[in-house]
Amino acid sequence: MVKKIFFQLIFFNLFFLKEVFAAESGGMPQLNPEFWISQIFWLTLTFGILHIVLSKLILPKISANLELRKSQIQENIEAAEKQRESSEAKLKEYDDIISKSKLKANNIFKEARENVLKEINTKKETLDKQIDEEIKKVEQEINLLRKGASEKINKIAIETTSELLVKLIGTEVNNSSISAIVDDLSKRNGDKYYGN
Amino acid sequence: MAANPMTQFEVYRIGPEIKVGAFDISFTNASLFMVISSLAILIIFNLGSKKNSLLPNKIQLLAELSYTFVSKMISDTAGSKAKPYFSFIFSLFMFVLFCNMFGMIPYTFTVTSHIIVTFVLAAFIFIGVTIIGFIKHGLGYLKLFVPSGVPIVLLPLIVVIEIISYLSRPISLSVRLFANMMAGHTMMKVFGGFVISLGVVGGWLPLSFSVALTGLEILVAFLQAYVFAILTCIYLNDALNLHH
Repeated sequence: MVKKIFFQLIFFNLFFLKEVFAAESGGMPQLNPEFWISQIFWLTLTFGILHIVLSKLILPKISANLELRKSQIQENIEAAEKQRESSEAKLKEYDDIISKSKLKANNIFKEARENVLKEINTKKETLDKQIDEEIKKVEQEINLLRKGASEKINKIAIETTSELLVKLIGTEVNNSSISAIVDDLSKRNGDKYYGN
Repeated sequence: MAANPMTQFEVYRIGPEIKVGAFDISFTNASLFMVISSLAILIIFNLGSKKNSLLPNKIQLLAELSYTFVSKMISDTAGSKAKPYFSFIFSLFMFVLFCNMFGMIPYTFTVTSHIIVTFVLAAFIFIGVTIIGFIKHGLGYLKLFVPSGVPIVLLPLIVVIEIISYLSRPISLSVRLFANMMAGHTMMKVFGGFVISLGVVGGWLPLSFSVALTGLEILVAFLQAYVFAILTCIYLNDALNLHH
């Protein structure tokens, strides 16, 4: 195998022998000064134009773009920071409002309760007064009636006793003596009959 | 043609021969890829800076990421004084990067694989940095060659070494980029040639190498552009801040 490759190499090299010799005789094309002036000229021209266009037109644009982007990003960050701050402030405000309104609601509730209680109390008082007055009136009436009732009963008792005495005995008894006895009885037993 | 790994570096005329006086400034394949790289950079970054949306689209993100990448690189290595040179270093980094990357496409020409191109860039940087140094510090810029804290006996030797290292800056800068690009592309071509010459039987090994090398070369293409730009920043830092 190695032998085969070796022979192949030699065989193929025979084809290129001519060029190998040519290269040895020619040496490096770089050292041939035929086109040196041309290369210097074209290098100066192309590199000069390249440098002028890059430095005057393109590089300032790129640097401006970079600066602009930097400042834009900085601005955005600042704007975001500001918005964050303002949102925090708004959140605080909101919390304040909420707590204030809670307090207010509590106050209103308390006030309303107190008012209602007061009203109830006053109404109750007036009602109590009215009731008391009416009770007093009624009691007075009752008293009057009671007084009136005992007198009437006494009268009835006197009349009936006098008539009974007339029918039983046939003689008229003085009314005043009867009334004295009735009064005495009624005083003694009044509590039993009329109660209290 | 395919076998010689150096033919890919050959420069040839496209279109007629243009002569200004004794100088031949014909449009060549090298010029074509310089134009293509520059146009690609301009188109991409123009698209990337056209609209300014708060949420960037892909191409805008690309443009802005490279902007911040280069600007951070400059401020890290050369400080805030290097801000006026930002656009130059940005163009330089992008130009070298795009030339390297376009060179990675098969059958294209790698502009930066030519010593004359990298040397012109490096010489321009060297002369520019030296001028900036003398404008900023006057003759005090020569203190760069006299490091502090060196015994007086050693000073003559150190100064000579410092001057040589300073003068070799454009050469080291240009050769680093040129040699990396050329070596990488040559190696890929050689392995590609092996794939053909070893055929179906033995070609798989160099093919897998070739695939791995492609990935490596893309890394190198980016890395060399980065190194080129960051060394420019370091030279600029010497000229602006004079730390020695």
